[in-house]
Amino acid sequence: MTGAEGADACDLRAAILAGERSAAETLEASLAAIEERDGELGAFLSVERDTARARAIELDRRRAADPGAAAGALFGVPVAVKANLCMEGVTTPCGSRMLANYRAPYTATCVRRLLDADAIVVGVTNMDEFAMGSSSEHSAFGPTRNPWDLTRAPGGSSSGSAAAVAAGMVPVALGSDTGGSVRQPAALCGVGGFKPTYGRVSRHGLIAFGSSLDQVGPLARSVRDLERILGVISGHDPLDATSLPLPPIEPERPDRPERLDGLRVGVAAEYVGADLDAEVRTAVEAALEKLEELGAEAVEVRLPHTVHAIPTYYVVATAEASSNLARFDGVGFGARTEGDGSLQGMFAATREGAFGDEVKRRILLGTFVLSEGYHDAWYGRALRVRALLRRDFERAFEKVDVICGPTSPTPAFPLGERAGDPLAMYASDTLTVPTSLAGLPAVSVPCGFASGAADSPLPVGLQIIGPALADARVLRVAAAFESATEHHRPAPTSAGDGR
Amino acid sequence: MSEALCREGAAWVSAVTGTRWVGVIGLEVHAQLATNSKLFCSCEVRFGAPPNSLTCPVCTGQPGSLPVLNAAALGLAVRTALAVGADVAAESKFDRKHYFYCDIPKNYQISQYDRPFCTGGGIRLASGRFVRLTRIHLEEDAGKAIHDRGEHTLVDLNRAGVALIESVSEADLETPEEAVEYLEALKEIIRYAGAGEADMEKGQLRCDVNVSVRPEGEAWRTKVEIKNLNSFRHVREALEYEIPRQIEAYESGESARLPRQETRLFDASAGVTRTMRTKEEARDYRYFTEPDLPPITLTEAFVERQRGLLCELPQARRRRYREELGLSEYDARVLTGTREVADYFEAVARLCGRPKEAANWVANDLSRALADPEVAAGSIDELPVKPFDLAELIELVAAGTINTTGAREVLGLMVAGSGSPREIVAERGLEQVDDEASLEAWCREALEGREQVAADVRAGRTKAIGAVVGPVMKASGGKANPQRVREILLRLIAEDDQPRP
Amino acid sequence: MTDPERDLVRHTAALARLELDEAEVDRLAPQFAAILRHFRVLESVEVDDAEPMTGASGVRDVLRADEVRPSLAPDAVLGNAPRSSDGFYVVPKTVGGEE
Repeated sequence: MTGAEGADACDLRAAILAGERSAAETLEASLAAIEERDGELGAFLSVERDTARARAIELDRRRAADPGAAAGALFGVPVAVKANLCMEGVTTPCGSRMLANYRAPYTATCVRRLLDADAIVVGVTNMDEFAMGSSSEHSAFGPTRNPWDLTRAPGGSSSGSAAAVAAGMVPVALGSDTGGSVRQPAALCGVGGFKPTYGRVSRHGLIAFGSSLDQVGPLARSVRDLERILGVISGHDPLDATSLPLPPIEPERPDRPERLDGLRVGVAAEYVGADLDAEVRTAVEAALEKLEELGAEAVEVRLPHTVHAIPTYYVVATAEASSNLARFDGVGFGARTEGDGSLQGMFAATREGAFGDEVKRRILLGTFVLSEGYHDAWYGRALRVRALLRRDFERAFEKVDVICGPTSPTPAFPLGERAGDPLAMYASDTLTVPTSLAGLPAVSVPCGFASGAADSPLPVGLQIIGPALADARVLRVAAAFESATEHHRPAPTSAGDGR
Repeated sequence: MSEALCREGAAWVSAVTGTRWVGVIGLEVHAQLATNSKLFCSCEVRFGAPPNSLTCPVCTGQPGSLPVLNAAALGLAVRTALAVGADVAAESKFDRKHYFYCDIPKNYQISQYDRPFCTGGGIRLASGRFVRLTRIHLEEDAGKAIHDRGEHTLVDLNRAGVALIESVSEADLETPEEAVEYLEALKEIIRYAGAGEADMEKGQLRCDVNVSVRPEGEAWRTKVEIKNLNSFRHVREALEYEIPRQIEAYESGESARLPRQETRLFDASAGVTRTMRTKEEARDYRYFTEPDLPPITLTEAFVERQRGLLCELPQARRRRYREELGLSEYDARVLTGTREVADYFEAVARLCGRPKEAANWVANDLSRALADPEVAAGSIDELPVKPFDLAELIELVAAGTINTTGAREVLGLMVAGSGSPREIVAERGLEQVDDEASLEAWCREALEGREQVAADVRAGRTKAIGAVVGPVMKASGGKANPQRVREILLRLIAEDDQPRP
Repeated sequence: MTDPERDLVRHTAALARLELDEAEVDRLAPQFAAILRHFRVLESVEVDDAEPMTGASGVRDVLRADEVRPSLAPDAVLGNAPRSSDGFYVVPKTVGGEE
């Protein structure tokens, strides 16, 4: 824990600015929690103790010199960033042997904005290699464990970020979400995780997986922290041509934030199908009832193409990935294996040696669907189905304000259970990829627990999806739900003494 | 070419079979655009900088970097499209073209596949043949791989990401000479459009050739692509080698020799082409829409703005000079040699209202001054003589204030930076002498002892008078108005013929 | 006897510059085939009235002014290169003229 019971980033900043604690003390509490817990969790790939300490001291000095001076929105807040976000002077391994020693010569826009808001980056978190995975088992540096049950997966691919926040090592972290990589681990680790409307957060400096899907998103223990981070990292960036020309996301400030009167909540039969875990179903149904208690009206909607979302997603995302990962060839950066002494031989040997199995599988699939003779039938067709998936949402949102359902069909699954079966692993993403394909904003917030093994309950996530650009609305609904429930409060029992 | 083939006009005729073979040639020309910065990043575009000193995360393909399109590149590309009469698309987009090589850092090139920014258009050759353009598209240049230094290949990415346009022609060309003429015309258009320098020496213009052969009147046959052509001469030489090679292969009748669909490299030192890869090894580029670059709308307003920035092209200018200004083909060609000279000439002609005189002065005297190493002017714009000054000089001659000889002297002083023509004429007293008394005195003096001239003139051979005009001009120090001198001389000779009082 | 699944994996791997050994081909080929079989469901979707969706943000016409900004120091970029010398990236000798 970061040192103060139940404190979130907003509390920590307020306490530092009020002089109740220093940035350095706050950081030390975070570092101590990492020291204590990360040996068994494996959430971090590197902890930047020295630069973080230097920065905390600098912030405290600045504060001491001029207590009245403007303080950034994340002043003194320890933040962890996923290992696919570039930061000058820090290694960005992206969960891969390929980039084990890669130090980017520049800083991602979202990280730059965190620093400009006076946050302290404490470390780089573990992830499935190149963000390809739903469990952390595809990390070249070993898996991260779920703080609620060390035998289970924390979800992925923002595995380390979710585990670090859940275990109280940092109050907030950045992840990236291509097909659910922020929301699914947030759900499995019992924290909040938000994927913005595509284009609201700059991708400049985010090592690309599926360029038309990737979005950076925050993970936190409170909805207001999600809002706070988004207020810092979102907004137009001229360095990303797909960035929306809009200001940062502003929280809605309704007169009665605890109520949802008049809100039409869509419920899709396709999201609560037969393969949904029974305990997840129970928790989500209870959550929907809670929303109705708060004044919302449940409306049935149809999303008929949902069943095609997984194949569509895996065709589109792997096609883009096969292209984005072509640059790793041993010439300009990353690992290199000389191979047979020829140029092309060096390329092949380098890629063979430094990519893991899942990355190879996806490069193969993506290369195949773009290759001559298959392009139109596979990639071309998937783009059309993608348009149909988006149309499903557009029609549904003519009738409702948000759509709610589970984030993941199951709670955290045992490490190793799906590792050898790619299709079973892909099924973890069933409920998150449709929104990614449509580019919509969605949040996962804790909504209860499944029993799990013995005495370790497993968190369940409620997914709230909005139409494009309704990021603030999604967060407002999440905030009302959070304030009416206690699901976000329990911490994993193994989460150290501080909690 | 072997003895079995001989050129007859555009055809190669076989001595063995008597078949008349013709070439079928299409060109793909890459031209660098003259932007300040690269196509997708803000690195400077400069030739000859230290290796890898003009690179950034984007043009080195660092993970996480993203491209953003350079507006000026789009404008220059559209201007070139308009200059060749192409149709500019209402909407365009970029695609990724994948192949693995050490000089493209992402192992894909951002190019345009199915929605190029323009299609159609073409270039007319002197013969009247119209060479159609299939398309022009925008793409990023590759870096440079250096193979001749030591036991490794070295890579310099300064050039990676520089804006290129690739112009693809239909296979409308038949001979190596036409291919070169087409290239020269395209180069001229690119320069005139202000789109690029198109300097082959600096690698700003590069060319791939598609070539096949067929007996005259017959259908097309298998085409071969030749890469690595770095000068107009290489294009010509490669075709002069490749066309007979293909013809001889067909004539031999040996199936193993028949041309196959393949990519060949031109070896400039040996003057031959060699197989680089066959169709079986052909690339699968796996094109797909570049997800990092949103689509581009080419609005009418944008296209019209580019059209406004496009000056008249050399061919059109030459026609106008001949037909509307009455200039000779020779003058028209000299004046359109560069865009600067043509613009200069037009300014002078407009200012003085005398296009023929303006053409004479610009095409002859000024061009000579420009060629003079002592003047050391890189272009006509750098001369101290501005169009306004030359127009004034022409007006002075037309008004009879100075004669042509004097005007040449004045121009020499103007080139040396001595001031405006009026100032020079005034300072140096170069005004023509129109004063009747002085002129008559010089004329009488000159006629003395030249009875034969007077006799010839009286006999109707008025040309003979030239022999006396010279001495008068000399006596006047070049300032006499030659027209007036002529008149006075004729009058004096005529008077002399009258019976004396 | 050739196994079309294995050949497809080998061909695709060659395109992607993945140098799979036989054991990997043995492992990946059935997985690859299973994924493709599973994904074939896309063939059944009626897509005739749908335009391909190539981007998600809907923005258009994003252009940058043609301004030069400082490049990185060569060391900053070459520092990540596995092999470099005298300001160049160094790669195995290749004949050249690849493209």
